[in-house]
Amino acid sequence: MTIPADLRYTAEHEWVAVDGMTASVGITDYAQRALGDVVYVSVPAPGARVTAGEPCGEVESTKSVSDIYSPVTGEVTEVNGEVDDDPGLVNSDPYGAGWLMRIQLDEDEGEPTGLLTADEYAELTAEQED
Amino acid sequence: MMTRDEAQQGGQPRSTPLREVHERLGASMTDFAGWLMPLRYGSETAEHRAVRGAAGLFDLSHMGEIAVTGRDAAAALDYALVGQPSALAPGRARYTMICAPDGGILDDLIVYRLAEAELLVVANAANTAVVLAALTDRAAGHDARVEDRTSDYALVAIQGPHASRILASLTDIPLDGLRYYASHRAVVAGRPVLLARTGYTGEDGFELFTSPADAEPVWLALTAAGGADGLVPAGLAARDTLRLEAGMPLYGNELTAQLTPFEAGLGRVVAFGKPGDFVGRAALAERAEAGPVQVLSGLTIGSRRVPRHGYQVLWDGQPGGTVTSGAPSPTLGVPIAMAYLDPGVARQAEAAEGAKLAVDIRGTAEPAQLVSLPFYRRPR
Repeated sequence: MTIPADLRYTAEHEWVAVDGMTASVGITDYAQRALGDVVYVSVPAPGARVTAGEPCGEVESTKSVSDIYSPVTGEVTEVNGEVDDDPGLVNSDPYGAGWLMRIQLDEDEGEPTGLLTADEYAELTAEQED
Repeated sequence: MMTRDEAQQGGQPRSTPLREVHERLGASMTDFAGWLMPLRYGSETAEHRAVRGAAGLFDLSHMGEIAVTGRDAAAALDYALVGQPSALAPGRARYTMICAPDGGILDDLIVYRLAEAELLVVANAANTAVVLAALTDRAAGHDARVEDRTSDYALVAIQGPHASRILASLTDIPLDGLRYYASHRAVVAGRPVLLARTGYTGEDGFELFTSPADAEPVWLALTAAGGADGLVPAGLAARDTLRLEAGMPLYGNELTAQLTPFEAGLGRVVAFGKPGDFVGRAALAERAEAGPVQVLSGLTIGSRRVPRHGYQVLWDGQPGGTVTSGAPSPTLGVPIAMAYLDPGVARQAEAAEGAKLAVDIRGTAEPAQLVSLPFYRRPR
């Protein structure tokens, strides 16, 4: 299982890459493995507001459906249309081609808080494996 | 020392004789009905497609095997089940059910008549204890012995259009002569098996009952023989979507103790014509007369959101039924579901034009189409 060191994570198995005021968001390798084949992903349209810790979309797989929780607060600026055409990208490349959306962080929110480091997330998933 | 049965009561799932094979293959394992089973090896969609297009290999060793033997074995099963096993010729098998006195379904089963006085009842893992208890109780007074043989058997299934030619290269019996729902003693890869032409995928295929020790060599021989023919190991996730496309019911979803075979659209399994009484006869005769209180139906969904077990079906915005099983269908490319519909809704949906039928998918009414079951029928 892959947990890139340069990303931040949520306990709900999203990853986030913060670059200046833009955050890219997806679901983790652990999440895609647990879900199995992803067949559909729904995320908010560009322009929608999302709030850290609140559900903002869903991932449908063969066996289940799961909520996507926004890791940060801000406005959705871009969604990955390729995932809409080929949801299997979430399985094959969860941290790359399978990214889900980009969010413009709110100016007054400051640095996103409550996110896990790669080490913390590795610990969390190790516990859930047991 | 603990037996495996005692270990299971302690909360640890039982392992099949193929557990290490699955772990070597990197399977995602899951606790299913008290057994540690492979859910998928890689992509369940790829496994599903392999079974439709080539062949898949399944470990079904969690299924319950109950032997019923003795001079009155078939007669005892005629009384205990809704079908008529006494009418089966040795070497033949039949899909049937065991019902409570009130007609409620306790399990769906396959009964194999191996010999005149030797029958094998294959039950769902989750229901094996219930079926064993009911059969033991119902066989009392007959010259018949009921034994749980689950631990004595491993069960390996090879399913798909290439299953026959892969298996033919490893066995001593001519498979062309083995009909659907027939079984025969055979040797596969040098090991004695009970070889049956049965399955739960909608494809041609075979189920091989082996001793626990023979399961791994048989599995490995099939894997080696089938590799060039596209054979892949397939897990329970693929098995579920395969059976759903084939319109086959699953106990706990389409079949429950609150339903009789008639509500499930499977009244044909009830053999009212057989001689003598059987458990549930009076209640089932009443149900057969009364007409259905719900109709098992097939639905496809217009969007990509998937109807799941328990979701409400809507007719003109009002409750009109309940989804029993749903999944994205790899073959059809859209979400599919089986659902119990109110008879009035089923009638109107069949007659009506326009989109009044929907499934409430987490608060949104997603338009649905009524389609006849099964969703998939294999080309012949």
